[in-house]
Amino acid sequence: MTSILVAQDAPPLLLHVLRLADTALVLGHRLSEWTGRAPMLEEELALANAALDYIGQARSLYDYAARLDGRGRTEDDLAYLRDTPDWRCWLIAELPNGDFAHSVLRQFLVAAALQPYWRALAASRDATLAAIAAKAEKEAAYHLRHAGEWVIRLGDGTDESHRRMTEALEDLWPYTGEMFEADAVEAALVAEGVAPDPLALRPAWEAMVARVLAEATLDLPAPCAWMQSGGRRGVHTEHLGHLLAVMQHLPRSYPGAVW
Amino acid sequence: MSVVALADAALRQRALAAAGAVADPEIPVLSIADLGVLRDARVTEDGGVEVDITPTYSGCPAMGMIAVQVEAALLAAGLPAPRVRLVLSPAWTTDWMSAEGRAKLRDYGIAPPAPRATRRGLFGLEEEVACPRCGSTATETLSEFGSTACKALRRCTACREPFDHFKCL
Repeated sequence: MTSILVAQDAPPLLLHVLRLADTALVLGHRLSEWTGRAPMLEEELALANAALDYIGQARSLYDYAARLDGRGRTEDDLAYLRDTPDWRCWLIAELPNGDFAHSVLRQFLVAAALQPYWRALAASRDATLAAIAAKAEKEAAYHLRHAGEWVIRLGDGTDESHRRMTEALEDLWPYTGEMFEADAVEAALVAEGVAPDPLALRPAWEAMVARVLAEATLDLPAPCAWMQSGGRRGVHTEHLGHLLAVMQHLPRSYPGAVW
Repeated sequence: MSVVALADAALRQRALAAAGAVADPEIPVLSIADLGVLRDARVTEDGGVEVDITPTYSGCPAMGMIAVQVEAALLAAGLPAPRVRLVLSPAWTTDWMSAEGRAKLRDYGIAPPAPRATRRGLFGLEEEVACPRCGSTATETLSEFGSTACKALRRCTACREPFDHFKCL
């Protein structure tokens, strides 16, 4: 099976758009796995709706990446014909769903990073990115509200829900550092006014997380000396390969299949 | 205005009228003009008409269907070589929903979005939403998400009916 490679030395803008797209699609796929399994109908709808937002954002981004790539590939090629080392999503997006507490806490931690990111990106000098970001920001604000309320409800809930939230926080915390990394790809775009500096957005994220965890009676984890990293370089957890095997099965098994 | 420009302006108006009459597949009581999904139309260099539509949400599954229906409506209206273009900017807002659209929505049993979209306080603050059946503002949120991406689920504590609320965005 052929794999499409987008080289690590591809233009920074293309790499950056792919990173954003990969995180959105992988997280959207994870959320879609809740369909038929959520603890209640309303939350099943909520998670499916959020999945739809993420997948929609991914489509806009892949479509743009395909145009930047300029080699005749489509958004579907980029989504379905790349192997694990070619993926550039945050590791936190690819982790298995775990229980409902784990999933909503991830939603909260990620939305709290993405919402200010999209807001800043909406002022990008790149008109296409700015348009995608302005749309995504509104959706992220809604995700943040929904997931944040659940974090508070479960953290400040029963002994059982509090215990599960605490465990989820311990599991997920080491994956949050990656959301604020800026490498050479990012630095080039920051210098050109195309992308915001993720480090500059970290204080807003920290304030949001501290506020919600406090209301949820959950202890803010101590700063980690070491954080998980690698997604943006294509170094992933063992979970991404399994996710791609499911997500890419149809277009890989039936090349060129259309609905 | 030249004869050509006049003819183009007339074509554009016909295209807007034909496309604007297309009903939203998920809320058929609203047209895409009522919703603000229809953004613009123009006559292209090759003499065809091009219509701009914008999604309510990035992943709105109705966009594909709307694009097909717009093309069909333009063809049925006898407009030449119709094309549909998806535009993201400026981002759609419920502010673009027409007053007529809001009234139709209420009559259909869906609480319309507030007249001006404001950013709600993140937590705890509830906006006032009137029940589309009895008009009471004694209503509460059941779920932040409803049957489609653009709706939330609420309940009226006066008449006890549940209802959809078109989210303010």
